Amino acid sequence: MTLLFGALILLVGSGMAALLLGRWPSVSKTVGVGGAVIGCLVGLVPAFQTLATSVARSWHAPWQVPYGELALGLDPLTAFFLVPIFGLGLLCALYGGRYLQHYRHRPFLHVSYTWFNLLVAAMAVVVAARNALLFLVAWEVMSLASFFLVTFEDERSDVREAGWTYLIATHLGTAFLLAFFALCGRYAGSLDFDRFRQMTTLPPAIAGALFSLGIIGFGTKAGFMPFHVWLPEAHPAAPSHVSALMSGVMIKMGIYGILRALTFLGPPPAWWGWLLVVIGLTSGILGVLFALAQHDLKRLLAYSSIENIGIIALGIGIGLLGRAMGHPLISFLGFGGALLHVLNHGLFKSLLFFGAGAVAQATGTREMEHLGGLLKRMPRTAIAFLVGCAAICGLPPFNGFISEWLIYSGSFRGILAFSGREGVASLAAILGLALIGGLAAACFAKVFGVVFLGSPRTDHASQAHEVGLAMTVPMGLLATACVVIGLWPAGALQLTLPAVAFLLGMGPEGLGQPWQEVQHALTLIGSIAVALIGVILLLALLRRKALARRQARESITWGCGYAFPTARMQYTASSFAQPLLLLFKGLLRTRFAEERPAGYFPSKARIASHTPDVAKEYGFRPIAMGVVRALDSLRWLQRGRVQWYLLYIVVTLVVLLIWKLGM
Amino acid sequence: MIGLSCRLLVHVAVVLLAPPLLLGVIGKTKAFLTGRIGPPILQPYYDLWKLWHKGAVYSRTTSWLFRAGPMVALAAFLVAALLIPLGSQPAPLSFFGDVILWAYLFGLARFATVLAAMDTGSSFEGMGASREVTFSSLAEPALFLGLAVVARQTQSLSLSQMLGPALAHAWAVSAPALGLVAASLFIVLLAENARIPVDDPATHLELTMIHEVMVLDHGGPDLGLILYGSALKLFVLGMLLVQLFLPGMPWVGLLVLCLLIGAVESLMARLRLVHVPRLLMAACALAAMGLLLVWS
Repeated sequence: MTLLFGALILLVGSGMAALLLGRWPSVSKTVGVGGAVIGCLVGLVPAFQTLATSVARSWHAPWQVPYGELALGLDPLTAFFLVPIFGLGLLCALYGGRYLQHYRHRPFLHVSYTWFNLLVAAMAVVVAARNALLFLVAWEVMSLASFFLVTFEDERSDVREAGWTYLIATHLGTAFLLAFFALCGRYAGSLDFDRFRQMTTLPPAIAGALFSLGIIGFGTKAGFMPFHVWLPEAHPAAPSHVSALMSGVMIKMGIYGILRALTFLGPPPAWWGWLLVVIGLTSGILGVLFALAQHDLKRLLAYSSIENIGIIALGIGIGLLGRAMGHPLISFLGFGGALLHVLNHGLFKSLLFFGAGAVAQATGTREMEHLGGLLKRMPRTAIAFLVGCAAICGLPPFNGFISEWLIYSGSFRGILAFSGREGVASLAAILGLALIGGLAAACFAKVFGVVFLGSPRTDHASQAHEVGLAMTVPMGLLATACVVIGLWPAGALQLTLPAVAFLLGMGPEGLGQPWQEVQHALTLIGSIAVALIGVILLLALLRRKALARRQARESITWGCGYAFPTARMQYTASSFAQPLLLLFKGLLRTRFAEERPAGYFPSKARIASHTPDVAKEYGFRPIAMGVVRALDSLRWLQRGRVQWYLLYIVVTLVVLLIWKLGM
Repeated sequence: MIGLSCRLLVHVAVVLLAPPLLLGVIGKTKAFLTGRIGPPILQPYYDLWKLWHKGAVYSRTTSWLFRAGPMVALAAFLVAALLIPLGSQPAPLSFFGDVILWAYLFGLARFATVLAAMDTGSSFEGMGASREVTFSSLAEPALFLGLAVVARQTQSLSLSQMLGPALAHAWAVSAPALGLVAASLFIVLLAENARIPVDDPATHLELTMIHEVMVLDHGGPDLGLILYGSALKLFVLGMLLVQLFLPGMPWVGLLVLCLLIGAVESLMARLRLVHVPRLLMAACALAAMGLLLVWS
């Protein structure tokens, strides 16, 4: 616990110091980034200690707030989430220090370090809090800190709008959390999490209501469809290291919240499992389809985060089904897969956002149609980005495959073991994962192919240069982590074991039987992955020998006899995605604006496609407009005179007094 | 231990040597049905030999990724071949859940091929890549649906057991369902291997092609790796299908499969591209019906 406190103090202290030292930018930067790095390193120690020993610790102190005491705790679930918070926080801070140099002439740059360090600290408190009020306060600090980070470039109107959308969405989510915790507190008689866990005799209806409130409240932060509308706005608007931290870690706080809530609510009925499977399928499939339709690099990555959150929800759903039906192996595979995917997605999504940031800085644009051929100009970024793309598609031998394999085999075992509705849910999970896998491969083949391969489509891309080491090294580390987990999956899953055991309400030794079965398979998968790399190297050697004595010439790309290809003739991101968009046009509602070529000698033609968010366009926008109209009718209250407002206050006080006396 | 390594050796030898023969048999069948003599049955081996000893021409646009694509794809197929049983012998590598790895290895190969195609910056190859990812994302659910039926009926998730003795029992109790699954997997096999009616391996009209157009710029040893890889892919996917359909007789089954593919290619035309998704949806529907039959 002491080390955790040390880390928190270091983070907050260095953040404040960076704020105060704002007059000396380089000092402020050193303090801000250095404090974040050291703080995160210190914080990682207790996280790994707890995972190694599975010993839960807690710390209590009295405070003035009623219903409970100030309490922080470190149990396996907390420790597991602390690993990405501090691990990725460290890399994002390093990368961000260099990334923000690009904006060094901006005023108030130092404030960004402060908010960043506060965000990391707030997330650590969110997972360590053991009191609902403390949790909500930390949650709010986290939301506000990220809001200020998102609105970094506040001179741009689109950034401001993204910020407002985020602020409103996150507070709507928090409103549901308030209701959730208030209801919990009513039944537990206290706001302490320890007391929540002892609510053994919740009526099923109340438990169901609590679960639904938690799903909406935490799901808004996690980005479940259709509560995701803020995500594709806020993530592209933020600076890239912040997008990486938000997409890689912050949205997982929603997942943490759901898992923590599940430990309060007693044994789950099966419908919780189906509900999460349905949510996972919706978020996963729609997320990847909308990602496919985007041509802004960071917006695409934001939608792909929704897809991955869907995969995590599928895992939790399968875990819940296994638990409800009394199958420890299935619940182990579901929860283990979901938790490992939390970690994996943190790794490759941060990597991809780092890469997107590097591309954006090197070329000055995030519009994929303007890029191309960056593999030759930014070789290190390209290799790291390629690893991230392959990993996020769930391809072996990378880490994404491992977590998807766990969720797949949980669902397949569900098919073997269950019949009826639980079996249908497992089947739906398998089909959904297969479809998501295929579409994700299409999506990321498009991203890598259009941005890094071929020839540059504009001068932005042709004049790009590799970014500095402070940005490529974090990417390299993340790419290495993706490969290491892919080659040594058993070790990675072992990291999730204490947390899974905790979720299933047993000690780590209780998982012995299922763990051994899975360990055998994972060890084999790891060795097959090594063998795969070995075969590739062997083939490379053979090919080199075959070509050694032969002539290998260079020429232009084959254009069916046309000898003067230009970069504009290349397939674009939009044309690459077009067949799939056409296939799913009912869901996507892509809008095309086109000028068709006309006449025998057509002079010009033009086509532009735009895929607005369906939930925002047809769901939230009409509601928001309705609310605005309804509130407009109350405008007469705003008289603009102090006297009127004083009168309002007096009337309110009198009414309250009468009410109080009448009770 | 010696028995095990012998088995492994035999398995690897068969996997390495047999695949090109399938292309030869298909070619001969097509020639017979169209009244030609056709190339000798061993022609694919001669082609591979010739390609392996040629030089190569590379586009200036391409990078190392273009050269790595065929190798990664072939390596993925080779590893997938180690997971599939051949006849009565279980596969050298098998574990509960290997079928998921097996399916995803094809995904890896596809990803590598698609990226290598996009590395040329050619609009033709981009077009082929786009179609490949479109159709494969529809074929994937059909494949997994079919595998789900087999897994449920054999109570296993490992290819060696799914295609092993438990399958005979499964046929005895649920023949119609497995028949539907086999039909569905046949469509998936045609689509995955770029065969008529989805794609035409023999056409030279770039605008209508899928798989062949992605490899337009490859030549020499690289093209050899691709040709060999596609033969291996046909072998591995074919092995799944024939062992499912004719348990215990993989070689006869493989011969029948080749004759069938040759017959389909001689008797049918390629579908229009916009109709291919419907065919793949039909494959999904067939497998789903199979699943309904066994669901209780």
